[in-house]
Amino acid sequence: MADNVFLEKQARKIRYLTVREIGTLGVGHIGGCLSIAELLSVLYFDKMNIDPANPKKAERDRLVISKAHAGPALYAALSMRGYFDEAELWTLNKPNTCLPSHCDMKRTVGVDMTAGSLGQGISCGVGMALASRLRGYDAYVYAIVGDGESQEGQVWEAAMAASHFGLDNFIVFLDYNRLQIDGFTDDIMSTGDPAARWGAFGFDTQEVDGHDVSAISQAIGRAKRVKGKPSMLILHTVKGKGVSFIEAAGATNHNMILTPEQMETALAEINEAAGCELS
Amino acid sequence: MSVKEMRAIYGEWLAAEMKKNENIVVIDADLARANGTLSLRDKFPGRSFDVGVAESNMASVAAGMASYGYIPFIGTFCPFATRRICDQIAISIAYAGMNVKIVGTDPGVSAEMNGGTHLSVEDVGVLRSIPGMVIFEPVDGVQLKSALPQIAAYEGPVYMRLFRKVMQPVFDEASYKFDLFKADVLREGKDISLFASGLMLPEALKATKMLAADGISAEVVNIHTIKPLDTETVLRSVRKTGVAVTCENHNVIGGLGSAVAETLCREYPAPMRMVGIQDRFGVVGTLPYLMEKMSLTAENIYTAAIEAVKLKKQEEPS
Repeated sequence: MADNVFLEKQARKIRYLTVREIGTLGVGHIGGCLSIAELLSVLYFDKMNIDPANPKKAERDRLVISKAHAGPALYAALSMRGYFDEAELWTLNKPNTCLPSHCDMKRTVGVDMTAGSLGQGISCGVGMALASRLRGYDAYVYAIVGDGESQEGQVWEAAMAASHFGLDNFIVFLDYNRLQIDGFTDDIMSTGDPAARWGAFGFDTQEVDGHDVSAISQAIGRAKRVKGKPSMLILHTVKGKGVSFIEAAGATNHNMILTPEQMETALAEINEAAGCELS
Repeated sequence: MSVKEMRAIYGEWLAAEMKKNENIVVIDADLARANGTLSLRDKFPGRSFDVGVAESNMASVAAGMASYGYIPFIGTFCPFATRRICDQIAISIAYAGMNVKIVGTDPGVSAEMNGGTHLSVEDVGVLRSIPGMVIFEPVDGVQLKSALPQIAAYEGPVYMRLFRKVMQPVFDEASYKFDLFKADVLREGKDISLFASGLMLPEALKATKMLAADGISAEVVNIHTIKPLDTETVLRSVRKTGVAVTCENHNVIGGLGSAVAETLCREYPAPMRMVGIQDRFGVVGTLPYLMEKMSLTAENIYTAAIEAVKLKKQEEPS
């Protein structure tokens, strides 16, 4: 098991590279990328059974980012794990890139599922978990769902099915940052008490500090011991976490412009938090 | 000749094929009983299951399973297999390149007593505009039996528009050679090309007799695969006859008529008429009533053919 200092460092690096990716382009879905940096660190540097040298290995753990606009954060993690060269990151959304805003398994090595139309990814995840179990794999399927995304009806069709089929190899994370494009989730269309709702749909639920690698790691460990039902880890997060002016932008950080100066300011703040010069 | 219900042929083929090919899985959305797949549950536990009345989830779950190498066959009535889950088919299945077979039953007027809400006038149009989709509609049990292995072997999304009940036999099982991507010329003719799919093929064949009485020799081509259209066969026929009538159990916008028109406009502009549902919603009723009501009879084809032939003659130099 990876130590927490290492996982925190990797989370900062994911944050740093994501800001550079989007800053190099000038615009992007920065808020929802930065909110899952710790989760991606724990998954890709500790929990997931994967082999970057054999990215299509059948019996591997797989991740679906159902809130697929967080692709840039995933790409940072994948490059750090060696799936592709870091230089690819600076091609985000540029002509002929293999790194589009929304995750696309046909274009990007290491991406396990295509998504982009909200609500569908978690459903695909249910199919993946069913398939993994049917193949007899000793593996997990992870899915990351947005809280705004949870307003999609299909999320609950998927939840019902995951529970009905007893998919204890399916671990779902809710990026509970309470913001969506048009404002606060509670104001736009309240998602209520997520633990109560997911619990009512038959999930084992845990409330977790989504920026505490140790807490995330322990929660995943506990979720793996749950038998006969899927798990929901409600990650209490901050949209735009780690860069104060992006956090302060609130709902507008969903997809925001980053000028070269803003990018440098953001990178300096991430470096300061890291206590070293990331690159 | 097969006189079984189409759904029985489909279900029996699945039962046999699933024994041989462990990658085939079947997912239903509470219409397994209607679609002939319910008995697979006992034979193949874990590989044939229901997601309940949740068609969107069915499509995306299928995509997830396809990403592990499974070949899911998913099924519900045509309108729910297409317009209701258009986005899931577009993104989870087609955009992601997933090998999922979508089976819609009760196409067009065959919705009969379920009426206008279930009468798919638009399913082919909805899916035809999604890149990479293959759209197939059988005319009888022989063709269906011949097509299923090719559909399963084809790597990519396929939509099959399946009439559930008995279809009058058209092809001879012993001699029929089927190619999923090649149209079948059933009758050679020199004055007009009739392009027909599904339920409309027998009507087109009937219309040829009426046209023959007027001295018009009609060629009949069965377009079982509406996308990709076998443009070679379509063009060869129209280059010979100079005029076309399409016959489809679907809105004349977006389906077979549109596909043929797009090809002719691009390659060989020629007069044509489209027999089909004339851009209106369906109603409730029996199949014969609805075919009459929605202008899908041999008489409708005959009338359209006479009009089309006249157009051709107007264009000929005097």
